[in-house]
Amino acid sequence: MIGNMPFFVSMILVGLGLWTMMTRRNLIKLAIGLVLVESGVNLFLVSLGYVRGGVAPIYTFAPEGVPTEIPMVMPTPQALTLTAIVIGMATTALLLAFVVVIYRHRGTLDAGKIRELRG
Amino acid sequence: MNLATHVPILAIAVPLLGAFALPLLAKVHRSLRDLWVLLVGAFTVAMLVLLAVQVFTGGILVYTLGAGTPGDTVPEGFPIRIMLVVDGMGAFMGLIAALVGIAGLAYALQYLEEEKGKTLALTLMLLLWAGMLGLKLTGDLFNFFVFFEITSVAACGLIGYRVWESRPPEAAFKTMVMYTLGGLLILLAVGILYGEYGALNLAYLSAQIGQGPLDQIALGLLLGGLLMKAGSVPMHMWAPDAYGEADPSTAIVLVANTQAALYGLFRIVFTLYGGAGSPAVGGLVTALGALTVIVAVLMAVLQTDLGRLIAYGAVSQIGYMLLGAGVGMATLGAAAGGEAGFGLVALQGGVFHMMNDAACIGLLFLCVGAVVRATGARDLRALGGLGHSLPGVSGLFLLGSLALAGIPPLNGFASKLMIYQAAFRLSPILTALAVLASILLLAVFVRAFQGVFLGPRRPLGGTAAVPTGMWLAMGLLAVVVVAFGLVPDLMVRHVVAPAAEALWTGREAYLVAVLGG
Repeated sequence: MIGNMPFFVSMILVGLGLWTMMTRRNLIKLAIGLVLVESGVNLFLVSLGYVRGGVAPIYTFAPEGVPTEIPMVMPTPQALTLTAIVIGMATTALLLAFVVVIYRHRGTLDAGKIRELRG
Repeated sequence: MNLATHVPILAIAVPLLGAFALPLLAKVHRSLRDLWVLLVGAFTVAMLVLLAVQVFTGGILVYTLGAGTPGDTVPEGFPIRIMLVVDGMGAFMGLIAALVGIAGLAYALQYLEEEKGKTLALTLMLLLWAGMLGLKLTGDLFNFFVFFEITSVAACGLIGYRVWESRPPEAAFKTMVMYTLGGLLILLAVGILYGEYGALNLAYLSAQIGQGPLDQIALGLLLGGLLMKAGSVPMHMWAPDAYGEADPSTAIVLVANTQAALYGLFRIVFTLYGGAGSPAVGGLVTALGALTVIVAVLMAVLQTDLGRLIAYGAVSQIGYMLLGAGVGMATLGAAAGGEAGFGLVALQGGVFHMMNDAACIGLLFLCVGAVVRATGARDLRALGGLGHSLPGVSGLFLLGSLALAGIPPLNGFASKLMIYQAAFRLSPILTALAVLASILLLAVFVRAFQGVFLGPRRPLGGTAAVPTGMWLAMGLLAVVVVAFGLVPDLMVRHVVAPAAEALWTGREAYLVAVLGG
């Protein structure tokens, strides 16, 4: 049960993010919601890759003295997470840049007031 | 080095390199930059055509990155490397990307203004093109996500780069939120599938995949993420804004990008899941498709902005593709029982409609660009009488409108007829809705044509001549519209049928090509 905690936590984070995105009207908070979802997904990926007692995937072969029944951890999830973090960084930066531009034009961050393109 | 064996990776790598080299070359000289764009565009198109020829004559092409030989897919009995897998459907999507990409680039070179971020926009267009091609050719789920995000970032940058105006950044923000959320849902699904089967290779996963609750959740997340990017109702709110506010040259590439998301959807449902739970998924996709067609057309009636009107037309066409493919998915399970006929026809119709939509919607967007360039306005109430000063553009606009509404003998008719016929066998109501929507669409576009091009001259006359590059781009799409309408049988038999076949029955061949017999 306790081993599954990271999965629950990551799903709670995703849920909180979605909740934020659906209920908040402030553009910055919308972006925060998106980042919360992203963190949840990244946490999910990292916890997928964890193997109790496994050898960290920084060696080509398991180091001397480690019993052979201890598994080497597959580095794929970590690599995925790193990529996802970098991509998330880029998308968040672009999103916030748009928020800045919108604020300069409209002088407000309230999504309800600035939807010129509705309909 | 034998170039022919490296075609799949070159088709992605060249536009990617082209994109990043472009700003540097622009620093040297502008004409060097324009030459570079044309070179990269022509080379990529050549690669894509070569790829299509190879795939349609020689079957599925597998290219393993980082292997000693490109065919070395399973070094130790397990597909550990990243690979590109191109089957009929992938090659077909590559052809669409080639058509739209070259038309968009040729148009952009003359349409965009030097002082208004031309270099930036061209860079992002090449990047979007590269991402789109990667999405269509990859055989690996995580790379699928990465390319998905490349297209998202490039597309939103292109929509919103005109920061001195107020509307493009808003459209870009909306689009970005939807794209990113869609991407995260896909990433979550990829994580779930990785946790379950320990692999990211599409073919390997496809061979392992079951029907458990986790698989169902992953399928739901993938469908949600891809439908978001495809702009299906009820996640369509970003699409008309994005298409309407982007430059016309960008808008046509965005439409192709939307189709890339649809391609992903087909790939997931047909190849990864092999039609598991297909009646339910097919029913859902069919219903969303019908809903998208109707809602988008009804919204198009209300528009007073020419760009947004066509944008809603573009959204409605996505509905037709979903409808065709949905009918195919719904009957895939029953296909073994001998009634394969109409499901396959529906799928062919949906696939064929992708190509036709790219051509006729693209033509319309480019015509709007010419109108905007000549008059500086897009408001239907302000425009009028442009037929006097822009006779060629008005003719092409009419051609595009008629093709979009499915009037014979243009290309829209050929594919829509296939969808109508097949959907009728599933439920006559679907066909009735689709035909009704087409008629409404015709009414909307005839009204727009009459308002913008007919009537007496107005003060917004527009005297600027349309430059050659823009004519070439519009001419290319117009030729496709007419040619595919005149000889649809030829297209269906040689290009569309293999593409649809690759989805319908090609799963085994796909698995064998990657994993070996």
